[in-house]
Amino acid sequence: MTTIPFKLPLNIKLYRPVSPTGVWGWLTTVDHKKIGVLYGVTAFIMFLTGGIEAMLIRTQLIAPELKIIAPEVYNQLFTMHATTMIFLAIMPLSAAFFNFIIPLQIGARDVAFPRLNAFSYWAFLAGALIMKSSWFLGGSPNAGWFGYAPITTATFNPGNGIDFWIIGLQVLGVASLAASFNFIVTIINLRAPGMTMMRLPLFTWMTFITAILLILAFPVITVALIELMLDRTFDFNFFNTKAGANPILWQHLFWIFGHPEVYILILPAMGIVSEVLPTFSRKPIFGYPAMVLAASFIAFMGWLVWSHHMFTTGLGPIANSVFTLTTMLIAIPTGVKMFNWLGTMWGGDIDFKTPTLFAVGFMSMFLIGGISGVMHSFSASDYQQQDTYFIVAHIHYVLFGGSIFGIFAGIYYWFPKITGRMYDEKLGKLNFWIMFIGQNLTFFPMHWVGMQGMPRRIFTYDSGMGWAFWNGFETIAAYAIAFGVLIFVINMIKSWTGGKKAGDDPWDGRTLEWSIPSPPPVYNFRDIPIVKSLDDFWHTKQKSSNSNTKVKSKTKVSDIHLPQPSYWPLLVAVGLTIAGFGIIYNLVFTGIGIGIMLITVCAWSFEPVNEPDSH
Amino acid sequence: MFNTIKKFLPILLSLLFVIACGGFDGPQSTFDTHGPVAKEQADLFYLILWAGMVVLVAVELVIIYIYIKFRRKKNSTRIPSQTHGNTKLEIMWTILPAIFLAIVSVPVLSAIWTIGTPPKNPDVVVNVHGHQYWFEFEYQDLDVVTANELHIPVGKKILINLYSNNVLHSFWIPKIAGKTDIIPNQGNYMWIQGDDVGMYYGQCAEFCGESHALMRFRVVVDTDEDFRAWISHQKSEAFVPNDPLEKSGYDIFMSSKAGCGGCHMINGSKKAKGKIGPNLTHFGSRQHMAAGILENNQVNLRNWIRNPDMIKPGNIMSGQAAVYMDPNKSLTESEVIALASYLQSLK
Amino acid sequence: MSDETTTGLSHRKLLIWVFLGSDCMFFASLIGTYLIYKGSGVLHPGPADVFDIPTTSVSTFVLLMSSMSMVFAYAYLVRDDIKAFRIWMFSTIIMGSTFLGFQVFEFSEFYFHDDLSPQTNLFGTTFYALTGTHGLHVTIGVIWLGIIFYSSLFRNTVTSKTNLDLDLAALYWHFVDIVWIVIFAVVYLFGTFTGFPSS
Repeated sequence: MTTIPFKLPLNIKLYRPVSPTGVWGWLTTVDHKKIGVLYGVTAFIMFLTGGIEAMLIRTQLIAPELKIIAPEVYNQLFTMHATTMIFLAIMPLSAAFFNFIIPLQIGARDVAFPRLNAFSYWAFLAGALIMKSSWFLGGSPNAGWFGYAPITTATFNPGNGIDFWIIGLQVLGVASLAASFNFIVTIINLRAPGMTMMRLPLFTWMTFITAILLILAFPVITVALIELMLDRTFDFNFFNTKAGANPILWQHLFWIFGHPEVYILILPAMGIVSEVLPTFSRKPIFGYPAMVLAASFIAFMGWLVWSHHMFTTGLGPIANSVFTLTTMLIAIPTGVKMFNWLGTMWGGDIDFKTPTLFAVGFMSMFLIGGISGVMHSFSASDYQQQDTYFIVAHIHYVLFGGSIFGIFAGIYYWFPKITGRMYDEKLGKLNFWIMFIGQNLTFFPMHWVGMQGMPRRIFTYDSGMGWAFWNGFETIAAYAIAFGVLIFVINMIKSWTGGKKAGDDPWDGRTLEWSIPSPPPVYNFRDIPIVKSLDDFWHTKQKSSNSNTKVKSKTKVSDIHLPQPSYWPLLVAVGLTIAGFGIIYNLVFTGIGIGIMLITVCAWSFEPVNEPDSH
Repeated sequence: MFNTIKKFLPILLSLLFVIACGGFDGPQSTFDTHGPVAKEQADLFYLILWAGMVVLVAVELVIIYIYIKFRRKKNSTRIPSQTHGNTKLEIMWTILPAIFLAIVSVPVLSAIWTIGTPPKNPDVVVNVHGHQYWFEFEYQDLDVVTANELHIPVGKKILINLYSNNVLHSFWIPKIAGKTDIIPNQGNYMWIQGDDVGMYYGQCAEFCGESHALMRFRVVVDTDEDFRAWISHQKSEAFVPNDPLEKSGYDIFMSSKAGCGGCHMINGSKKAKGKIGPNLTHFGSRQHMAAGILENNQVNLRNWIRNPDMIKPGNIMSGQAAVYMDPNKSLTESEVIALASYLQSLK
Repeated sequence: MSDETTTGLSHRKLLIWVFLGSDCMFFASLIGTYLIYKGSGVLHPGPADVFDIPTTSVSTFVLLMSSMSMVFAYAYLVRDDIKAFRIWMFSTIIMGSTFLGFQVFEFSEFYFHDDLSPQTNLFGTTFYALTGTHGLHVTIGVIWLGIIFYSSLFRNTVTSKTNLDLDLAALYWHFVDIVWIVIFAVVYLFGTFTGFPSS
């Protein structure tokens, strides 16, 4: 492994890797494609652990009054299931695509800050390890993924579980913020010549809007978590009801973050659907400007609806009326997107391959979740629905039927580009149908069970309530979902290792990522493309199918400068992890961790900047 | 053909569910309303349910139609017309939903105000205190404190004030009214009215700890007469029992060894003045115990006294009472039997 | 190295602006918490009991002046007058540190003299959290400026060509100053000013 030295102040010489291979190559990579793969694989493993947590929950609920899982463990299971799926699965799976696909879609060689990008992965891994290690280190958090005070305060929750939750989320927050800063700058500043904002592929647009939501929403939960941590560790009074604190402060802070967060969870999946449908329908997206406008309006309105999560907390009829109206309003741009997708397919020549199936599955599931969402928006009747399985149904229709299905569409769609191979189409279709049927059979009955009065977050229920049959049914159906996921894993392993070679453009795609080889060379584009319209690659193909000229590339590969690998991002993440564990166990380690971070961040800043070329 | 059926499947199944479920309403069903608040909430739900079903079926049918009409025939290389949009259509499908929602917002807002405005002159005021894991009912102005069972007169407006000195809870009687959360220091309130005599199920609906699932209660809607009789009975003090078994239970209860009186109140006694646990003065007259999860009979009561933590993990009695914490002070089997007998005598 | 960006702005310039937008929400949440709890819980010691507005006005003024000296430092750097840059840079660091010194003094007065700790009441909790967080931001700023100053003094790597580094630090510094002005107004002045006396 060759290295190049670089000098720090005080004449310290350090060596910087040049072309590392193997494990060291992965540890020091700043290549957005490798980082995307790291995110994707790690996040998928987390998705599986969250799935196991779900299976355990469902097993305990298969019949009334079971004692398979003790209440304390059950409470940890539903807390960890939700926290895992939201923060360790959906968000980083979306990030995997942001990483791999965005530079390819905008015609760039990498992101604006390659080392920051690497850091955001390592910090995500750190957060995931902190969060999941709680299972083995004395108990996981047990107060729900939303951690309402005061049950999360030290008075009612001594023990480390909540501390793991706080620190895990803070570290994950740092990772998400770093990634979002990166993508905002990348999308604004590294677009190929001629690629105006209104020529961006919709997946890039959704990523951009998601990133803006993220950098504004995460600081709010960061503050809430800091306040809770100060209470737990240093006896501050933010949520100390004996000192006069009002626990509703937590709820406000949490949901001012929490509502934009759900748009952060769904917009990338919507972006993927907006890529898949046009490609497989052989038509452009219907109403591109409206799609951009609708997403922007959703993102903006997303800040004005948060208290619909708090309708039953006694805010009063004025507040409840306002938030009912704003929430109803946000249904309108969401509907617009749905109609535009239908308009895209209408009149098209649609190939219902696996990505298309998942995209259409997304649409029909998100529709149901959206309709139940409008039902919740009526605060008066929400008083019956809040905290019941009706909400659990809504959540899973939009997050599983929505986000996860959208992500699966993306996995199948971009599988050839990422791996250079085709997935097995038969297994893909089987995967879709089992997951689709399983999802509906598991979650649709929950609407009914919720309206029959079954509250959430209960480890057991009595017989004679009218809930037993459907709970048993839902559990069996959930096992079917697990089976569907198994089919997926088999397909991935089989195809990644031995699938048919894919070629550059297996789907006759419309966007720039299909104009380069699969998998892409490390420099992405030999020549940075010059973009003349939306779906530029599609138009280039139409034109060149009429003429027979092929433009020869003038660039020598050896002339292309790429960002150099670095180990500082990893080391800063290590310091962050140590600091985090220090807050849970012993503040001395926090001091050590902060010291490590100070040194490594400084060293990082003295390492020469290697931004990717734009020519 | 098979593919078409596959597409129809979810719709078919959904319809089947709706039909199959339509039969039977359980004890906490929000559809089986017995009071004006729950009724207004159910009516609002039906309104949006039907509208939602129409939208759902319409869009799903469009999806199915698209599948049938526009799917790619084998080896087709047709490039369809590259339509970029249709401004008129897009404006229409933005405005029409907006109009629908504007119309629907009228009954919604009206319901919000009706339900959210407490009665100016409630017939009864009850202060509900949420504990881990039971509900305490304090009848303001009527000098009655009880637990587990809330009695209200039929057809009258009841104002409920909600208090907690610990964590969040939520007060929910699905057949009578939607829930309102109990938040320490917030002073929430709600109003309910039961229009039919009977017993209704309630349950805590905000996660409150280990045994949140086991925090339930009952609401008994009485005729006016029965309610007044119940109130005056609840006000009455408990007697020292004559029966020897019950008396020995009384002695154990009041003893400093067992220390029950430190947490529980028995009106009229000198030694049982505690306010930490439920008021037990008329425990024997309640139909359920341990916050609505068990029928009130000798077997259940003995099991509970013997080992409450088995029945309700994390409950405060197991965590604080000396008889459970100190092995030297634990109750013998005969003491358990005596205590159970005494408690059930407290009618 | 890339010369061309789509907007013409350097990546890092764009980054610092995006970061400051995020940091705004961070402080907004802390200030919001403070305002929500204002007037709640145990009221004494309260703002009127502990605040020494004249002293805090001086420290505020010092911080404001440090922003001014930062502007000068940047202006001289762009003109390649490294000696003048160093002088103004040093004075910025000194004034920033002075502000921090005032904070430490104020905290210890409140803690030891007025019996106001974060654990005392809601005011203590929210006050220390908000101003402490701001103080941490200033500390990070001082360290950042110190590193640039050190680089200029001992490595001669700070020139008009690398003025972007200072530009970024200066933006951060001005942001921290503006946040303080908001805190000073909302916490200190609103806290003690009880209105004009009615005559």
